[in-house]
Amino acid sequence: MGAQLRVYKRRIRSVSATKKITKAMEMIAASRVVKAQRKVAASTPYAQELTRAVTAVGTGSNTKHPLTTEAENPARAAVLLLSSDRGLAGAFNSNAIKAAEQLTERLEREGKQVDTYIVGRRGVAHYNFRERKVTESWTGFTDEPSYADAKKVAAPLIEAIEKDSADGGVDELHIVYTEFVSMMTQTALDARLLPLRLEEVAEEAKPKGELLPLYDFEPSAEDVLDALLPRYVESRIYNALLQSAASKHAATRRAMKSATDNAGELIESLTRLANQARQAEITQEISEIVGGASALADATAGSDK
Amino acid sequence: MAAELHVALVAADREVWSGEATLVVARTTSGDIGVMPGHQPLLGVLESGPVTIRTSDGGTVVAAVHGGFISFADDKLSLLAEVAELSDEIDVQRVERELERAKAEDDAEAERRADVRLRAATAAR
Repeated sequence: MGAQLRVYKRRIRSVSATKKITKAMEMIAASRVVKAQRKVAASTPYAQELTRAVTAVGTGSNTKHPLTTEAENPARAAVLLLSSDRGLAGAFNSNAIKAAEQLTERLEREGKQVDTYIVGRRGVAHYNFRERKVTESWTGFTDEPSYADAKKVAAPLIEAIEKDSADGGVDELHIVYTEFVSMMTQTALDARLLPLRLEEVAEEAKPKGELLPLYDFEPSAEDVLDALLPRYVESRIYNALLQSAASKHAATRRAMKSATDNAGELIESLTRLANQARQAEITQEISEIVGGASALADATAGSDK
Repeated sequence: MAAELHVALVAADREVWSGEATLVVARTTSGDIGVMPGHQPLLGVLESGPVTIRTSDGGTVVAAVHGGFISFADDKLSLLAEVAELSDEIDVQRVERELERAKAEDDAEAERRADVRLRAATAAR
């Protein structure tokens, strides 16, 4: 076998091996998307009921709470960035990180100091490499976040917002996550989680303009709100974590699908080149034989004379 | 007037139980409360404890609820809990072991959790 042909054969073998791997990863990601979507659906009843309850207390009483009061001069803001632990997901992480950076820039322009909180190894690595300060980070659960993980993330954030900004607390909490729109579309977006705008929550809870009943609060409106709001924040963070996980798997699936397609194309064109090389080799061999034979014939014809 | 109320017991990551009931007894921070159809709209903070639901077909469902809320309006009752388990999902022997371990390790939180589970499991029997 010619050297050229051998090189092509070897490349085809290595590309097929890669294709097998990417195909497997594509299929794994596809099944995980479905699982993650199911988790989003399973968490919806709780989130809905909680939103309803928050609206009920928020509109049914004039209770003031640190989580709902706007600071007069917001000086510090916390940004929570949800990235993933693992890459190979196309532009998923870079989009989320870009969105976080734009948000940070905007907040800094407004004169706020920004504390960054990060979920996911990719985001942490990005910030560490650039030697930016990360207030707190969590890794290890982005593929399948549980409610306990959301609680773990929410706890220091709620604590920070309840503190005065003078003693290291924050006035605002923004969250950057990737919304799962469909299998093909996932958008990185930022949202202000705290302080809560009760009017917005209310719109979400009753789009048809239905009237909420006048609730009797047990033990009191303040206590209910006190207990309710942290749960609401946790549930929102949980939802964002789940959506990010679903988006990450969808992005992985898409990236792996195009990798598989590319490998297929590469194999095809390499096979063509290999065939060409083989054919050239054969042609050359034939012309060598024919040339040799005719030279021999010429030589014997000469000696006969 | 409807003689039954619709109950939804939801945990953070799943719906644990839902159906029609005639009476729901839960423990709020200010004491036990029983809700029957036609109760006035209510929103309360739940203590960790067993929740008893008397279903409209005469059965009883007991669940261990670890903190959460009860909200009732228009004959619809929602029990929101971060963690909730039905009594028949609870493995009594395992919980007893957990309780002993929690007592030995002086872990008040774990002891309380195990205790609630155990009470819910025994209340159903």
